[in-house]
Amino acid sequence: MIQLELKKAIHTTDGNQILDIAFEVPKNGLITLFGKSGVGKTTLLRMIAGLLTPESGRIQVGNEVWFDSAKKINVKPQKRNIGFVFQDYALFPNMTVKQHLLFAQKEKSSEQADELLEIFHLTGLTERKPQTLSGGQMQRLAVARALARKPEVLLLDEPLSALDEETRRLLQDEIIQAHQKIGSTTILVSHDRAEVIRLSDRIYRIEAGIIVASGTADEFFGLDSQERKFTAQVVEVTEQGAVILVNGEKIAIKNTEADISPKIGDCVIVTLNDIGIHLP
Amino acid sequence: MDAEFFQPFGLSIKLAVCATVILLIVGIPVAYFLTYSRFRLKTVLQSLISMPLVLPPSVLGFYLLVAFSPNYWFGKTLRDWLDVQLPFSFAGILVASIIFNLPFMVNSIQAGFQNLPQSLRDASYTLGKSSWQTLTKVLLPNIKPALLTGICLTFAHTIGEFGVILMIGGNIPGKTRVASIAVYDEVQALNFDKANQYALFLFIFSFLILLLIYSINKEYMKWRKV
Repeated sequence: MIQLELKKAIHTTDGNQILDIAFEVPKNGLITLFGKSGVGKTTLLRMIAGLLTPESGRIQVGNEVWFDSAKKINVKPQKRNIGFVFQDYALFPNMTVKQHLLFAQKEKSSEQADELLEIFHLTGLTERKPQTLSGGQMQRLAVARALARKPEVLLLDEPLSALDEETRRLLQDEIIQAHQKIGSTTILVSHDRAEVIRLSDRIYRIEAGIIVASGTADEFFGLDSQERKFTAQVVEVTEQGAVILVNGEKIAIKNTEADISPKIGDCVIVTLNDIGIHLP
Repeated sequence: MDAEFFQPFGLSIKLAVCATVILLIVGIPVAYFLTYSRFRLKTVLQSLISMPLVLPPSVLGFYLLVAFSPNYWFGKTLRDWLDVQLPFSFAGILVASIIFNLPFMVNSIQAGFQNLPQSLRDASYTLGKSSWQTLTKVLLPNIKPALLTGICLTFAHTIGEFGVILMIGGNIPGKTRVASIAVYDEVQALNFDKANQYALFLFIFSFLILLLIYSINKEYMKWRKV
């Protein structure tokens, strides 16, 4: 269980802002911080990791207090039991795939490293250096490394944003699997709607430094809980499908129905899991 | 060409090896500090370290000579406490070389640190590794070309040093008469043939050192891309 309440002045593209966030994550839960780039999501993860110091607030994980401005407690990042997956993966160019995991482990265990390599389909690549891996493989290694020390809290900073759609889906499955196996309380930062819906128990939407909405995936996006369908207006027609307007945000979607061609202004029903369009 | 002819070269190489080893040990923590600390007067320190790059060697040599002199506090302390006299000695030109070459070593290593993504250090910390483990296992192994550049530049530059050594060490055969001083000395004595031999040796040696730096860096870049 993570209880957190933090304040920090941040510089964003829209000028200076106060990041003022409070939420709780149940033990072994997976929550998502959702919102546009530059609203302070990464800053928040860095504060939880101890890489940045908040101006005021408190972070408690289980019975341990990691940060408390009132009591002047600020536990070093090294002493916080976390796994952090960075947006640029931050793999070490001097280490092989296997060495990454051995370096990360608290107690060196070659068998446990091999087990993780297997979950993340890296078994054949143990002696390779990260600069010879593909984007998807690097991402897998980054997550595997973060999990190698069995962290209490796993922090994922837009881990899949640089990957293509197919790889992304595969990795989402692997993250779900790994999360179930290791059971770290997980905080995911993302601005990808489909990803958020697939992965998280609960979603917090951050705008201008504060949480403006929260809920489960279904509550949050106002979807039918069975089918996850909703209606939206087409604002642009593309080669692949269309661009629709959802909650004032433009989203590109694929048309999976070959015989239907949407026009601007049409209302379409969107099925989120299939990412398909059906005209009413 | 006899043993006497080669003595200045031997001295030059001994000086360069000692200066480079000491500077590597000193340069890493200084460069680390300049890259990562939030010390307010960092810019002042950085400028001081880089002074030998722009200062005439004679100015630096003059101040060092004053500092080393037993007539003043620093030189007196060294003489009274440690029985060391730096002016016109090998130790003196070694200390001068270290100060003179500090920017070559520090700036190279610092550039190496600065070119690493900040996230590498963060990642190591979040894996529970101390600053020391992070430095030795993550940062240094990933700035090998920068370390090598620092080492080669310092070495070659010490071989090529002239002004500071002349000010501090003078021209004592076997003690402070390094190859670059020998060229000057032979010209003063109108022995142009001998001066030419020293000069040619230094020319070829310096060229080979630079060739080595660039070849190794090129190989390393290739290796990184594989």
